Amino acid sequence: MSTQTETRPDTAVRANPARDTWNVLTRELKPVVRDPFTLIFSLVQPLVFLGLFAPLLVGSSGAPVGETLQWFVPGVLVMIVLFGTGATGSNLQYEMMTGSHERTLVAPLSRSSLLVGRALKEIAPIVVQAVIIVLIAWPFGFTINVPGLVIGLALLAVFGIGLGALSYTLALKTKDREWLFWGVQQTLIFPLLILSGMLLPLDEGPAWMRAISTVNPVNWVVQAERALFAGDLGDITVLWGWIAAIVLAVVGLAVGIRAMRRSS
Amino acid sequence: MANQSIIQAQGLTKRFTVKGKTVEAVTDLAFEVARGELVAFLGPNGAGKSTSLRMLTTLIPPTSGTARVVGFDILKQPADVRARIGYVGQLTSGSFSQRARDELLSQGAFYGMSKTAARARADELIESLDLAGFATRSVQQLSGGQKRRLDVALGLMHAPPLLFLDEPSTGLDPQSRANLWQHIIDLRAQHGTTVFLTTHYLEEADRYAERVMVMDKGRVIADDTATRLKAELAGDLLTFGFATETDAAAAVAVVRRLTEREVRRDDVTVTVTASGGDALLPAAVRALDAAGLTVRTATGVPPTLDDVFLALTGRTLREAGEGEGEAEQTEQRTDAEEPAAAAAEPVSETTGAKR
Repeated sequence: MSTQTETRPDTAVRANPARDTWNVLTRELKPVVRDPFTLIFSLVQPLVFLGLFAPLLVGSSGAPVGETLQWFVPGVLVMIVLFGTGATGSNLQYEMMTGSHERTLVAPLSRSSLLVGRALKEIAPIVVQAVIIVLIAWPFGFTINVPGLVIGLALLAVFGIGLGALSYTLALKTKDREWLFWGVQQTLIFPLLILSGMLLPLDEGPAWMRAISTVNPVNWVVQAERALFAGDLGDITVLWGWIAAIVLAVVGLAVGIRAMRRSS
Repeated sequence: MANQSIIQAQGLTKRFTVKGKTVEAVTDLAFEVARGELVAFLGPNGAGKSTSLRMLTTLIPPTSGTARVVGFDILKQPADVRARIGYVGQLTSGSFSQRARDELLSQGAFYGMSKTAARARADELIESLDLAGFATRSVQQLSGGQKRRLDVALGLMHAPPLLFLDEPSTGLDPQSRANLWQHIIDLRAQHGTTVFLTTHYLEEADRYAERVMVMDKGRVIADDTATRLKAELAGDLLTFGFATETDAAAAVAVVRRLTEREVRRDDVTVTVTASGGDALLPAAVRALDAAGLTVRTATGVPPTLDDVFLALTGRTLREAGEGEGEAEQTEQRTDAEEPAAAAAEPVSETTGAKR
């Protein structure tokens, strides 16, 4: 009792987390490759800080420009991750509202790949933007230690994967309530920024601020980046920075995958 | 016969908790769909059509009951189901930031197609769904009709034996709608694809679906071909006009004897609702003539599925849909864990983009 349609061989695909993650990642990168200008445009904010905030630092500290940049630029690189990657969940939220997220949920993709592939994609803008900022700071007296730069970028990437995963989690949890996504994101981002000693040193701050900053993973990543860009690859803060970034990535991916599994 | 069924649903039920209240969106859904059928769920907004489709496509788990889709259990083997079905949701399948052709290629990769196969298939669909003029444009830039055609292309990328379409033509102008349907009909003719869709457009279900399941308040209340539903549940409306009220009054008995139905009279007009109206109309005219009553006008209006819905529920589809838009949004977006997310779904904005 066969019909003509049953002669078609069953070539249906089986979920494969590694291949699915690769496919999600390459899809996410397509708009970036098609329109690389978007990466440049989101550099405006760190450039503003570099151009308008760094001179104030120079003025108030009295230190030479090169020395100030050596302290400030690693923080700006972390800022790129904090603002860029921290907001990336809004892209997913938009796709949840317009419908394409639903399409990927019906596709035979492992649920973890839908989160991990997106989080891994964050590496691309982070590395490109960080390299551009470093190259811009270079002529003004910022010295580049190549091994430190490479390890520093790797650390930023791991930090970005964690932060990106958390941003996607927030999007999955807040669903179509954009105001809630941005409300939570903005509420968290500025305390994390200020309590990381990214813009101004915390050494002069009150004891309670310094106490809180010790549990701020962003603070550890900033300190590690400063050590790495100074060429102190063996500094203990580098180890702490890696621990903070890896813990954030593991936690971010774990809660993100859980949220994706519950997504519908 | 069982292996002929591409969908077998048993006792599918879905309950949501909205603001502390339990709402039963779908109740005890049980049906089979044979390979190659074109089936439409017809019902007003909030009837439970989308929720049913979302259960069958593994997007949400049923509260109780289960279904086998393309031979696999939606609860125990969701990955196997997903690999073998195509789904065109109510909103836009393509990501707004992606180019149309890129999305087709990504979709091919998601379904395990090789790059070469995906490229060939994408170009084939771009050709057959008239996407060529804007394949390298971002989805955001496409018109409503163009977006919808891309949605269908994405659903067909892996040539699934079973295609689900949720309100495929909502928000399209009549020409785009006719176009879309032509593509769906061609697809079935060429590949024998089983098509399962939801619609609240009567004409659409009437004209294209071979089998209509009428849904209301979470239940399937009728399941047959449109023709049989209309013949059995509604019937044609026959109207006869006479020169005088006396003639009309005398005609009532003649028509009643012939049709064995309730006959209504209004001044010089006599009306009756009966099945087989095309044959009854000339027969009635002859019988009235023979009785010496001159029929001055005679019309027969075939029933619509709205008459069927009215006969089944006591409401017209339009009445039933009114004021339930919010319920439909709740139904689409809310799951049992997070009931609050439903309120502000911009459905009309995203799928209803005109021009």
